[in-house]
Amino acid sequence: MLELVLVSTLNGVLYGMLLFLMASGLTLIFSMMGVLNFAHASFYMLGAFFGFQISKYAGFWTGLILAPPLAGVIGALVERYGLRNVHKHGHVAELLFTFGLAFVMEEVVQIIWGKLPLDYRIPAALDFSGFTIFSTNYPAYKMFMLLTAIGIFIVLLLILTRTRVGLIIQASLTHPHMVGALGHNVPRIFMMVFGFGCALAAVAGVIAGPALVTQSNMAALLGPILFVVVVIGGLGSLSGAFVASLLIGLLQTFAIAVNLSIADVFGYFGVHTNPVPFLSDIWRVTVAQVGPILPYLLLVLVLIFRPTGLMGTRDT
Amino acid sequence: MSETVQTASLPRSSSSVMGFVRSYGIWVAAFALIFILPRIFTSGFALTAMSLMGITIIFSLSYNMLLGQAGMLSFGHAVYYGLGGFLAVHAMNAIASKGIAVPLPVIPLIGGITGLIFGIIFGSVSTRRGGTAFAMISLGLAELVASCALILRSFFGGEEGITTNRTKLLRLFDLNFGPQYQVYYLIAFWCLICVIAMYALTRTPFGRMCNAVRENFERSEFVGYNPQLIRFIAFCLAGFFAGIAGSLAAINFEIVNSSYVGAVQSGQVLLAAFIGGVGSFIGPVLGAVLVTYLQLTLSDITEVWQLYFGLLFVGMVMFAPFGMAGILMLHAPLLRAGTLWRLLPYYVIAFVPTLIMLTGFCLLIELTVHVMVKASDGPMMSFLRVTFDSHSFAPWAVSAALIATGYGLLRLIWPRVESAWNDAMSLARQRGGVA
Repeated sequence: MLELVLVSTLNGVLYGMLLFLMASGLTLIFSMMGVLNFAHASFYMLGAFFGFQISKYAGFWTGLILAPPLAGVIGALVERYGLRNVHKHGHVAELLFTFGLAFVMEEVVQIIWGKLPLDYRIPAALDFSGFTIFSTNYPAYKMFMLLTAIGIFIVLLLILTRTRVGLIIQASLTHPHMVGALGHNVPRIFMMVFGFGCALAAVAGVIAGPALVTQSNMAALLGPILFVVVVIGGLGSLSGAFVASLLIGLLQTFAIAVNLSIADVFGYFGVHTNPVPFLSDIWRVTVAQVGPILPYLLLVLVLIFRPTGLMGTRDT
Repeated sequence: MSETVQTASLPRSSSSVMGFVRSYGIWVAAFALIFILPRIFTSGFALTAMSLMGITIIFSLSYNMLLGQAGMLSFGHAVYYGLGGFLAVHAMNAIASKGIAVPLPVIPLIGGITGLIFGIIFGSVSTRRGGTAFAMISLGLAELVASCALILRSFFGGEEGITTNRTKLLRLFDLNFGPQYQVYYLIAFWCLICVIAMYALTRTPFGRMCNAVRENFERSEFVGYNPQLIRFIAFCLAGFFAGIAGSLAAINFEIVNSSYVGAVQSGQVLLAAFIGGVGSFIGPVLGAVLVTYLQLTLSDITEVWQLYFGLLFVGMVMFAPFGMAGILMLHAPLLRAGTLWRLLPYYVIAFVPTLIMLTGFCLLIELTVHVMVKASDGPMMSFLRVTFDSHSFAPWAVSAALIATGYGLLRLIWPRVESAWNDAMSLARQRGGVA
């Protein structure tokens, strides 16, 4: 039992940190421009595919270094030549633009790399078991993922709070006009932050690609969860996004480990009934099976009891 | 005194005939059109296409009640469409097996009420917030329902879905709804009713308040309405009409599966409504017809039709945010003032380089697809009935040349089109055609 809890906690924190790598960029972009980048998960996908392509010729590590800036540049171009033009039509048009972009990016990736999963391998240098808890071998690559994510998180925190660039970004979150009046090029800051956010998502893609599945539907699978994280945390709140990422990460990994259904619970108390056919599914389905829908249930609950999200302050 | 009354009433009586034609003529014409269409296009494909168009028209108009009328961007409208379809199929199976005296034409009402009920349940959660938050919540709810559809197998039928037989219900007037043309008329009948109902809704004070909430949430509160309640009602009604569309789709295909409630379906209705134009009532109708037609025909022409679809959508968002109807509406004052003909030659001239550029783009996309995806077919491919070697240099150069030529010419011509537009507009203003 203790072993299960420990391993699940590790996996949950790992998944949560990966989510936060993406959610942090998404939140920064949202608080600056007021636009929720629907294509954010597509840049995660782009990171994985770029990483795969580069690793075929130059190895995993080159991919890890080159793929995120590449995706970041594409993100910055999208902001400069797409979003900035759409901005005058309002937030709905911006959201729709990124929605269409996600659609197009998935199609393009399918054309170039096909629909089947790619053979994106863990680098040989990290392909061993890191340590053993009780009887479970924990892979070294997962530890590497966790440490990378935490490392980036710390660097991001330091940049935002301790450097001049971070101060300008923080200022343009709340007072873009004043920052502009002080002589900073606010549209360029927006473009940089957008590109940087996309690059962060791509980092998550490069390191998650070998561990999870690198496939053209990976953006569509992860995107909704990402939005759940951002809404639960409170739109525009970075600390909220952090808490929500960990919460969702832990929730999903623990749910997979629990093989219990309502029928089991009632059986434990000595109640054995067979409900009407339509309800029998709800009766017998195990927690592990409903794992994928738990984040959405949590979303609904949070919205009922705390509509602004866990740490959100503003009501959009 | 009496004379003035008489002279005043005379033109009124003649204008009431005109008024009737003006306000109801279009509905009479629509009724005649949907009645005559199957006589003109008699092929099986046309009948199927028109049935699908009818369903999509209801669905995208119901979506427009949210996005266009009340300003709520939903990414999960297929939930109400799909649940309406599922309940309709379960109802049809139950009615057929128990022998209850219910004819097929009232089944869509069951789907509609299902959509309404789920609209009330989900709407009470999601319409508390507008804008981006609403969009995200609708996405989350859609994912919730879509995931449930795969888990709760006995209700949703898992991957393979649930089948039904539309001919087993009570027969009225000897109609068994086996042949497609009977189903077409059923869909057309419901489509006309729904379109009229939704149009009437936009004319009520409620419809006006929806627009007010869309334009300015706080001011509509000052007028004395509860804007959240208005959003909620609009959401429920949109769910109702989506449910009708979903059950009509279930009747048409005689099968429902989990893809009915999925994200792809939600995305498609958003595309249809937006490409048609969310700013006006007629827009989603245009969009539904065009998108359905393209879906049915493009998939035969090219494998990557969804890419073209996505590009069309992105292009629309960037350059024509009010869709096709928006572009048409721009020309309405020119048409009224009679200055539209001045513009037409410039449009014809601008059309040529646009076509050249688009052909170049399509050639580029098709070449890439052929080399990347269909490598096993060998290097030969055909585009616009010309066969050539996709590995040689020539087709790539041709596509680049087409794009460059088209773009260059367009850059030259565009200022002239713009000045012609301004001339026509100022002339229309002088003639008083522009309010």
